[in-house]
Amino acid sequence: MLTRFLLLLAAVLTSLQAHALEPALAQALAAGDTDARIEALAKATANPDDKTVALIQALADDAVKIKAGDKSVQVWLLRDGKGIDPATGTESAVPDDAEDVINNNRMRAELDAALAGLKLLSPDEKLRREALKTLEAETDEARLPLIEKALAGESVASLKEQLTLVRARILLGSSDRAKRLEAARLLGDSHNANTKTVLVERLKDEADPEVKGAIQVSLQKIEASLVWSDRLGALFSGISLGSILLLVALGLAITYGLMGVINMAHGELMMIGAYATYVVQGLFQKYLPGAFDWYLLAAVPVSFAASALMGAVLERSVLRFLYGRPLETLLATWGISLMLMQLVRSVFGAQNVGVENPSWMSGGVVLMGNLQLPWNRIIIIAFAAAVLLAMAFLIGKTRLGLFVRGVTQNRPIASCMGVNTARIDTYAFALGSGIAGLAGCALSQVGNVGPDLGQGYIVDSFMVVVLGGVGQLAGTVYAALGLGILNKFLEGIAGAVLAKIAVLVFIIVFIQKRPQGIFAMKGRSAEA
Amino acid sequence: MTMTHSSRNSSSFALPKPAPLLTGAGWGAFLLALIVVCAVAPALNLLVPADSALHLSDYAVALVGKIMCYAIVALAMDLIWGYTGILSLGHGLFFALGGYVMGMYLMRQIGRDGNYKSDLPDFMVFLDWKALPWHWALSDSFVATLLLIVLVPGLVALVFGFFAFRSRIKGVYFSIITQAMTFAAMLLFFRNETGFGGNNGFTDFKRILGLPIATPSMRMTLFVLTGLTLLGFFLMARWLIRSKFGRVLQAIRDAESRVMFSGYNPLPYKLTIWTLSAVMCGVAGALYVPQVGIINPSEMSTAASIEMAVWAAVGGRATLIGPVIGAFIVNGAKSWLTVTAPEFWLYFLGALFIAVTLYLPHGVVGLVKKIREGGAK
Repeated sequence: MLTRFLLLLAAVLTSLQAHALEPALAQALAAGDTDARIEALAKATANPDDKTVALIQALADDAVKIKAGDKSVQVWLLRDGKGIDPATGTESAVPDDAEDVINNNRMRAELDAALAGLKLLSPDEKLRREALKTLEAETDEARLPLIEKALAGESVASLKEQLTLVRARILLGSSDRAKRLEAARLLGDSHNANTKTVLVERLKDEADPEVKGAIQVSLQKIEASLVWSDRLGALFSGISLGSILLLVALGLAITYGLMGVINMAHGELMMIGAYATYVVQGLFQKYLPGAFDWYLLAAVPVSFAASALMGAVLERSVLRFLYGRPLETLLATWGISLMLMQLVRSVFGAQNVGVENPSWMSGGVVLMGNLQLPWNRIIIIAFAAAVLLAMAFLIGKTRLGLFVRGVTQNRPIASCMGVNTARIDTYAFALGSGIAGLAGCALSQVGNVGPDLGQGYIVDSFMVVVLGGVGQLAGTVYAALGLGILNKFLEGIAGAVLAKIAVLVFIIVFIQKRPQGIFAMKGRSAEA
Repeated sequence: MTMTHSSRNSSSFALPKPAPLLTGAGWGAFLLALIVVCAVAPALNLLVPADSALHLSDYAVALVGKIMCYAIVALAMDLIWGYTGILSLGHGLFFALGGYVMGMYLMRQIGRDGNYKSDLPDFMVFLDWKALPWHWALSDSFVATLLLIVLVPGLVALVFGFFAFRSRIKGVYFSIITQAMTFAAMLLFFRNETGFGGNNGFTDFKRILGLPIATPSMRMTLFVLTGLTLLGFFLMARWLIRSKFGRVLQAIRDAESRVMFSGYNPLPYKLTIWTLSAVMCGVAGALYVPQVGIINPSEMSTAASIEMAVWAAVGGRATLIGPVIGAFIVNGAKSWLTVTAPEFWLYFLGALFIAVTLYLPHGVVGLVKKIREGGAK
């Protein structure tokens, strides 16, 4: 907070011909209705001095108080519990009946954008890059002087390029025809989806035919470059989400699909896998700091073992007595999940714990200019595929798999053939739980690790298994990838929350049509 | 699947005479409960001075009022789960819908007394909205609110239930898609743009029917209303399950295929009880919100709906009185444990889930019955 302020200050001191903050401006910034305040903000940021910056920062931090007098409004900044007059910088007492300044969401967004604009002048390259990101979608002409000033002083080539684009985007709304024309041509070099929206918006209002033509040419250029990277990007994040869903659902496909156990604690078994990864990371940090980059390889078997062990204990102590009573299993496993969550909270604390990516997983592959595929996602996709293959092999080709299938299909006959069915149940449940542990290990590399980690996935993973069809590995794979890709494509159209809702509604409707899932088990029983 | 041959000596087959609505002792207990709710509790709370040992504290009134709302939900859960064998994980949604309808009315009753002195509820001012969205149109009328409390959860349940039961979705599948429905609704209500206050929901209520909401007499009025609703619903449920309709429900629970082979179509039966159960939840939610003073989307979380199932399971499914007792046991323990030993509460609740399913399939009521029968021998 303090460093942020100092950097801003340094940024502003480089501009020498700044106006001083007048009391009238300070009042207009702090009091009045939102529209008037935003106008004042634009005026203030055009050429600010350090006091103006301090006031805007304080407004964004909710550290300003006002008191309405007869004619004018008095304004105070709060710093270390003391009131300061924003215009003179001297200390002055704040009366008790002074009110807090309340910012609504719109005002807050404007304040943030204004602060970002000021950061553009900072000598710190990282800060400038950050500020540019916030301003990427900016089209307000009031910010033009600031951006031109930043452009003049910019020395880093990539930032300069970005600034030019931002400037062009703002100029596109200019009343000067030549400026618009220049801007329209410049924007054709952008690979950015935001630029496209801006151009389309402008095209609707544009009257001048020549500018219109230039915009259309630029639009085509952008679209051509965007279409494929967009599609690939959505496809990739869809597959990435699908691979995570697959990892989560594969364990369920065994415990629920093959054994008929509704395991609401599946998410918590994942959480145990993620915490096992965290513990392994801690051990490496302490005893093998030289080999820290490879802790993840050790964490994979450990997380499998931890969750599998927990699964075996649960099966032996609770689930064993509930076979054939799915609704009761649902409640009992929910109880187990509550206890496991609380256990982790007691041991590791309620806060999220930090699990770092090893260095070989950070960064990514850049394709087609602006499409970045992060390494951790690529590795998880590969990992999911490997787990899937291993499981298909285990179930389809090994003796244990044969027994599991036999017990699932006909328990009494399998028992007659000398299979110890009780032991097979334990093994199968432990296997499903262990795969949940692997999913947790993978999730620790892309998301937060906390006691609630499993809760977010439980609905999704059941959807995958139900959609894919109970007892079907292939169905689970198709359902996971299909849902992942569908979700990401809808996200592009409707936003994350609506996409999620749409997917859930889709599943509910789909199950009406095909209650047995995509791949129904063929059989003659009247009731499954 | 094995075939079983039922006996065919049904020449003089007749239904056994239905049990009386309540036994003599049952009516006695019912009247006692009625007197306690309508006369004893108000007198102890409002008339007895606060320093007397007999005084019923405001905290206790609020707590019992809240738990009675939960008891209505448990009763609704029992009708659909205990008697019809359909485990719903979506009752949190119906509860919340009733609560939100009531909450909208209470938000409008705040009038211009909010933080922003505007006609619109505070959260809309914060979002810079200029007018009420369409779905708030009827929220200033109390009569319309009462109607919507019944209609909104009822309609949602009717449409959802029709499609689900028509496709013969049952058992765990049904539980899972009700869970999906509730989860989707929760995500929807979390969005600010949906117009229900986002994740903060509604709170800071000031008035109901123009009367201030935070007075002892208003609290007592709501308490008595909740108690009467609970007792009324109890009688209705009791009447329902001993009617022919109730018998068909129990037959569906025990062997749905046989009910169908006997010429019954289970769809209207299931749909009726499902919708009724949802409406009861909605009413409970509407009574809950003014007493607790807040409604937000967390009422629709997966955990909330599953907890409702455990109230019924702890008390004893298919007993009617059991779920009411279960709601009091679990929520009483919750409000006691979350104050004295908060870290212990989830262990307790989790252990309760496991213990009830493993050792008490008929709940507390079943346990008492077993002990009594054992003693009679």
